[in-house]
Amino acid sequence: MGGETLSALHLLLTGDPALFAIVRLSIAVSLSATILAALLGAPLGALVALTRFRGREVAIVALNAMMGLPPVMVGLVCYLALSRSGPLGAWGWLFTPKAMVIAQTILVTPIIAAITRQTVEDLWAEYRDELTAMNVGPLRRVATLLWDGRFSLTTAFLAGYGRAAAEVGSIIIVGGNIEGFTRTITTAMALETSKGNLALAIGLGIVLLLIVISVSALAWGVRRAGERFAG
Amino acid sequence: MRAPSSDLPILFAGVDIRRGTTVLLRNLSFTISAGPPTVLIGPNGAGKSTLLRAGMGLIAPTSGAITWGGREAPSPTGRAIVFQRPVMLRRSCAANLAYALAAAGVFGADRESRLADLLRIVGLEAVADRPARQLSGGEQQRLAMARALARNPTVLFLDEPTASLDPAATKAIEDIVRTVSETGVKVVMATHDLGEARRLAGEILLLHRGELIESRPAQKFFADPVTDAAKRFIAGELLV
Amino acid sequence: MKPAARTRTWVALGVAALALSGVATGAQADDRSIVVASTTSTQDSGLFEYLLPLFKEKTGITVKVVAQGTGQALDTGRRGDADVVFVHAKAAELKFLAEGESLRRYPVMYNDFVLIGPKSDPAGIKGLKDIEQALRTIKDKQAPFVSRGDRSGTHLAELALWKACGIDIERARGPWYKSIGQGMGAALNFAAASNAYLLSDRATWIHFANKADLEIVVQGDRRLFNQYGVMLVNPAKHPNVRRALGQAFIDYLISPEGQRAIADYRIDGQQLFYPDAGDPGA
Repeated sequence: MGGETLSALHLLLTGDPALFAIVRLSIAVSLSATILAALLGAPLGALVALTRFRGREVAIVALNAMMGLPPVMVGLVCYLALSRSGPLGAWGWLFTPKAMVIAQTILVTPIIAAITRQTVEDLWAEYRDELTAMNVGPLRRVATLLWDGRFSLTTAFLAGYGRAAAEVGSIIIVGGNIEGFTRTITTAMALETSKGNLALAIGLGIVLLLIVISVSALAWGVRRAGERFAG
Repeated sequence: MRAPSSDLPILFAGVDIRRGTTVLLRNLSFTISAGPPTVLIGPNGAGKSTLLRAGMGLIAPTSGAITWGGREAPSPTGRAIVFQRPVMLRRSCAANLAYALAAAGVFGADRESRLADLLRIVGLEAVADRPARQLSGGEQQRLAMARALARNPTVLFLDEPTASLDPAATKAIEDIVRTVSETGVKVVMATHDLGEARRLAGEILLLHRGELIESRPAQKFFADPVTDAAKRFIAGELLV
Repeated sequence: MKPAARTRTWVALGVAALALSGVATGAQADDRSIVVASTTSTQDSGLFEYLLPLFKEKTGITVKVVAQGTGQALDTGRRGDADVVFVHAKAAELKFLAEGESLRRYPVMYNDFVLIGPKSDPAGIKGLKDIEQALRTIKDKQAPFVSRGDRSGTHLAELALWKACGIDIERARGPWYKSIGQGMGAALNFAAASNAYLLSDRATWIHFANKADLEIVVQGDRRLFNQYGVMLVNPAKHPNVRRALGQAFIDYLISPEGQRAIADYRIDGQQLFYPDAGDPGA
């Protein structure tokens, strides 16, 4: 069993093209989804943190709850929406990486939005007097809070990326796990497991862990450098 | 350049400020006019901070009225405030100042020169590039003052700026206050320290339990206080 | 912004652009490609990895296989999300035809099912030639049995066999009968872990790497044969179906060349699929 696990790592080291295609797609899909989720979720979280509106408490509870959206459910909903018989069928995105990015963006946005909301709210409590006294307008206020909260927001980004990189339930449904086109590390793991190639599946899992650890280390490095410059 | 219409004099007329059932300020009537610094003294909880914030326009009176140069609610561009525990943005000292300048509408080459001026006035040129949160307490207080001065205010409110500072840092702050006051900015300052009040004040306002006990030119106040509370306070007694 | 911060920002934007491009280009409308909805057992057998490159070399057409259970694969065809469906459940396929979801069904090949069981053989049926007798014995002895339970071709075949024994499995089932709702590989994993009997297609069994204490206990009964059929999704119902390319794939499968390729596919020297496109009764 150890032999097969090592063989997965061996494939990685010798640059096996099939494995590299899978790795590249995994990173592309999860990273794209997390970036999109950040672009959507951070302003949303800041908005909920800073504006008083009716049903604000409900919105906060909903945002927090949606961090736990079941991936399979999101996958199914996207599948039905993107199917040729569905409302967005004309786009032809089903069984393509685009659909996978959409599904994962839906999963990750609440995570980033909820953490951003908490961060911005805490920061606003701290900065409120100063920013009001400096007569800072609302748009600039949001930008300032997001920038000054960048370290916590980096954590949010990493949490989101981790969720995207690890999940399989949604992307296997909307992507179809097509070899060479929509097969990622996690969907390949599911396939190899169902074929009984358990050791290979674990080997792939180790590759995935290495990627996630690298991303985390990179973010940590950026943060440390940032702290040195700007505290 | 000063704003065309001044915020002075600031007139408090029968001002009450309540929060819930607590009365923070009661029936306050006085005037802040141009001139040497007006210093607020009084025990903790007397309402000094509340008064400063009200004068800045951050708190509206529950009853009574505050007017600035005769106007009811002018934009705050001519006023600035330094809070008791100023909050530094997570960026460098100079960047904090640049931020304050941008918020006050100063850009471009103008900003560069004003930034240099302000750093010089508060003596922070040496630490301009250090992260603001890593500055000492005294340095942060000076930076907060520079941020306030970036707004080119007519009136500068200071809430106990030297409360947690050692004598050297205190002196640095007091020197800045004197310099700023001499350029024509009206300083309204709260302090704990009677000695500081003696050193800086042109006029004294003594507050106790939200009420104005006595309001007189500084020399007269210290030489010959009128009210019983003032006498006891100057003598060093606890006003409860 | 300070120079250091500016550099970092550009790096971040560069990474982001790279990530997004990795997704965008991959999704280019491949001009010569079709989506084939097939079953997990067929995929697990390795047939596609062998056959599709041959087809691509001959025609330049890329085949994207979405492997699901038979029921799901036919549903994918119904929704118009696939151009061709290639499954092994004749009754369900005929229903698909009757609904007008396709205009013609082509038989392609068959493989067979085998009854797998633990070497310890608690039901004592090893070596039987009669599958119905074997199943009856399993039920009578309440020996552990794993069912795919997922409306797949294998599952439907299993249900048909119980019915042929005169057993109403819905009534007769008990804790010995585990319906797990997953694919062939998962079912085999489950059976290996719990020393149970199950029905599997031969191809997946040979290919399966986690046999543990399992082995073939019954095989060769004619009733265990598993027929594959391929259909083009009706372009009249779903205009997006790539009719010409899809038909080219079907034509290849039933052509002498394709049929020979199917017969030549072996694992461990064993032939898995028997071509029968010419058999009118298939």
